[in-house]
Amino acid sequence: MWRRCLLTGMLVWLAATPASAFVAYVSNEKGNTVTVIDTDSWTVTKTIKVGQRPRGIEFSRDGKFVMVAVGDDDTIQVIDTKTQEIVDTLPSGPDPELFTQDAAGKTMYVANENDNTVTVIDLEKRARLGDIQVGVEPEGMTISPDGKILINTSETTNMAHFIDTTTRQIVANVLVDSRPRFAQFKRDGSELWVSSEIGGTVSIIDPVKREVTGKITFEIPGLRNEAIQPVGIGMTKDAKTAFVALGPANRVAVVDGTTHKVLKYLLVGQRVWHMDFTPDEKYLMVTNGVSNDVSVIDVAAQKVIKTIQVGELPWGITIAQP
Amino acid sequence: MFRWLIGTIALSMVATGALAADPVEIHIGYLGHTGIKSTLSLVEQPADNDGIAGARLAIEDNNTTGKFLNQRFVLDEVRVTDSDDVAKVATDLAGHNDYIITDLPADALLKVADALRDRGTLLLNAGAIDDRLREQDCRGNVIHVAPTRSMLADALGQYLVWKQWKRWLLVTGSHDQDKLYADALRRAATRFGAKIVQERTFEDTGGARRTDSGVTLIQRQMPVFTQQAPAHDVLVAADESEVFANYLPYRTWDPRPVAGSAGLVPTSWDAAHDQWGAVQIQNRFVKLNMRRMTALDMQAWTAARMIGEATSRTNSGDPKKVIAFLKGKDFSIAAFKGTRLTLRDWNLQLRQPILLADGRMVVSVSPQEGFLHQVSELDTLGVDRPETKCKLQ
Repeated sequence: MWRRCLLTGMLVWLAATPASAFVAYVSNEKGNTVTVIDTDSWTVTKTIKVGQRPRGIEFSRDGKFVMVAVGDDDTIQVIDTKTQEIVDTLPSGPDPELFTQDAAGKTMYVANENDNTVTVIDLEKRARLGDIQVGVEPEGMTISPDGKILINTSETTNMAHFIDTTTRQIVANVLVDSRPRFAQFKRDGSELWVSSEIGGTVSIIDPVKREVTGKITFEIPGLRNEAIQPVGIGMTKDAKTAFVALGPANRVAVVDGTTHKVLKYLLVGQRVWHMDFTPDEKYLMVTNGVSNDVSVIDVAAQKVIKTIQVGELPWGITIAQP
Repeated sequence: MFRWLIGTIALSMVATGALAADPVEIHIGYLGHTGIKSTLSLVEQPADNDGIAGARLAIEDNNTTGKFLNQRFVLDEVRVTDSDDVAKVATDLAGHNDYIITDLPADALLKVADALRDRGTLLLNAGAIDDRLREQDCRGNVIHVAPTRSMLADALGQYLVWKQWKRWLLVTGSHDQDKLYADALRRAATRFGAKIVQERTFEDTGGARRTDSGVTLIQRQMPVFTQQAPAHDVLVAADESEVFANYLPYRTWDPRPVAGSAGLVPTSWDAAHDQWGAVQIQNRFVKLNMRRMTALDMQAWTAARMIGEATSRTNSGDPKKVIAFLKGKDFSIAAFKGTRLTLRDWNLQLRQPILLADGRMVVSVSPQEGFLHQVSELDTLGVDRPETKCKLQ
């Protein structure tokens, strides 16, 4: 009851209480579970059994649900945040991995790894509206802040596809380095960042010119270059600071959002992949697949303050509605 | 004269392509050989389209990418028999393909490489694992996608040493390629600190690989063959000819694991490999070919994808640009091995992690932790720059 109250009144509480009590949901790819973490006590409060191979995970825009793509069951499951139980499924295409929603929370776009498509889903009607043909192994998904352009990255084609959300047609393709995994816009829409896992870089794309204008590279003394594999990206709302998960390098890079310079590397758990901020942006939580835990980063101090054990092979994380 | 003509045709094709905004066509040849080798295990018997099936999938993948760049990839498949003049077949194939993926024995590959030397055709060796092709017999127009014997042996050696199975009983077949593999295994033992406690040779006396009452006989032969060996941790078998190695597991005199050509096998790919997004290509492959993906399929896929990658990076159908990119320092390819694969510039060998598989599961992936290198840990596998005998021409 207490948590329910908190959840529904989250935004009000946010301003009023100093303690940041949010609820984080972590998808455990091998464990077939979703771990629920209380961000006040930093403890696991529940483990929800879900379908096979849960990966992409995100709050619905209204905060009432958490949606998790269970790739090997070819569907997306819907968790009610009040009961923390699965209440529904969505008709995604085969092997859904990552997805994104429009600002209104009415339309969802899902990357389906197995048949080179992005599936469009009407969230209210729970109906599949259509498919968009993209490159080989679609993965990263995001929508421009003005809602006009959907970005999908394809891992073997090595492109960021720009898709017009009205016509559902590809309007541009931007070549990036090998195995693009994740895409993220700055809130003002001025830059699109795309991480390339095998290429080892983050490409900065000008969304108007639709071309790569810069690249962030990473160098960690004593670590072989091939181990640096950027995947997840987190950016503060003011776009001043960004965090990039470097996979088997076991580090999160802190990047200046304006100059694109790497400021610092934070040592986290093994094979760090995805991340999310608490809504107050005080904390950033990152999933460490091989060490089966989540690291908590104090955003202002740029320090790892806590490690929380979760299920097997944690993959994605969502803390509040995007 | 003939060559000049071909050049003009190619040029006019590119030119018309640009004018009419037709896709730029990139033709890739596949030169394989007929005659499938017979394996001891029925389930390991290669399919007729072993290798080519991988190239076909890569062409599909390249075309999915190509439609965004107005590029179209076409595969041209040719098979030779032992009696064919392989140099002539290759020259014909090179008439309309700037890149040829080969699955040929070492000598045939050298004939082809020398015959095409002045044409500018790039060969991508997907089938031959012979070290000499990357060493004393290396050629400037051949990129090697297949790993070498020494890379495979080192991958296994690192794991066995990591496992503290350092005393090896080495059993070698009587054919030439078995002996080459044994050489590579001996080299691995020396490099990584294992000891070969004894060597035995298994003579190939002929006979059918499949008989109706084979098991009874083998069950008596193998314990006898392996008895009275000095203390050892693992039996390492070098049997590329498929004569005896797969008969060894569970039948050795001493209860010891088997590795090498049977048991724990080093390989560039396995149908059970599912890490690093590999499930996606495994699924695509099964969907297209109705069977599982082999190491040769993967090597051919990688070869055709390398052309696709270089073509999209250079946004060009000009083979000179594409080949320069492939051989340049910016080239790398993703191939579901958890790291980018690059070319050793001194002999054009593709660096790659090697899987260790037991036929059902991938047990480990080498290089193993702790085997360090100043340039790339992948260079702890195989012959490294300081030892190379290759002078690229």
